[in-house]
Amino acid sequence: MTSRINWFKYSSPSTFYPLAGRLAPWFFVAAALFTVAGIYVGFFVAPTDAQQGEAYRIIFIHVASAWLSMFLYIIMAFWAGVGLAFNTRLSSMMASAVAPTGALMTFIALWTGALWGKPMWGAWWVWDARLTSELILLFLYLGFLSLQAAIDDPRRADKAGAVIALVGVVNVPIIYFSVKWWNTLHQGASVSLTRSPSMAATMLIGMLLMALGFWMYSIAATLLRARCIILERERHSEWIGQLRESRQ
Amino acid sequence: MNWGSVSAFLAMGGYGGFVWGSYAVTAICIGLEIALLTARHRRLRRELRGG
Repeated sequence: MTSRINWFKYSSPSTFYPLAGRLAPWFFVAAALFTVAGIYVGFFVAPTDAQQGEAYRIIFIHVASAWLSMFLYIIMAFWAGVGLAFNTRLSSMMASAVAPTGALMTFIALWTGALWGKPMWGAWWVWDARLTSELILLFLYLGFLSLQAAIDDPRRADKAGAVIALVGVVNVPIIYFSVKWWNTLHQGASVSLTRSPSMAATMLIGMLLMALGFWMYSIAATLLRARCIILERERHSEWIGQLRESRQ
Repeated sequence: MNWGSVSAFLAMGGYGGFVWGSYAVTAICIGLEIALLTARHRRLRRELRGG
């Protein structure tokens, strides 16, 4: 039995719109479950840190949002690049749908970093390589969004945005490796693929649960926003006219 | 169990403002994003039905 799914079917906005509508609630539910579990482990199971006391519990949001801020940028650049190369309109819509959530994750990473930096380093902000490159990431997201907003023709806005998105990708490895390449105040990676984590197992589990929760949330928010963008851009097409009668 | 009482939990070993400031702002941001997206989608559907 070889029944293959026709993935190209889902590259059309008219089939993706109801699919996204069916999937989004499940991702919201998964996000809520992982986040509640992550907060439970983070506050009630993970022990007090020997050096940082209770202040370290900011890590559960900080690391999750920082990971997502970088990961979502790569996803955004990927979809923008696919849209630019193949002129597929859903790909470009996906890039636009990811961007605000990516910017939000970047803001949360910077905000929680400031609130963690103040008690530990004595400063809300330092012009350190890690912090500065993360701030540049926020400006890249905002640049992408404002450039798209400034161009009336959506297809041209997609192309211009894709150029920013693709050029900016170079910043992601800079953020990731900044703590190795430069002598920074920011601590090194707590989790890496090549060595065992430098933290208690329960802290790590809490962090991973929160990261999964934020990940599921980002997918859900992106799907919801993609639905809005599809309706905005395709409102004059025939299938939207048919949609009017359905309740999907 | 890390906390002997609710006030100890809220105090976070003296770092309450920093810890809860992080969690509260994150919760507000995410709540706001969901509310804005839901409202945007509802408005679009209403406009489509209207004509």
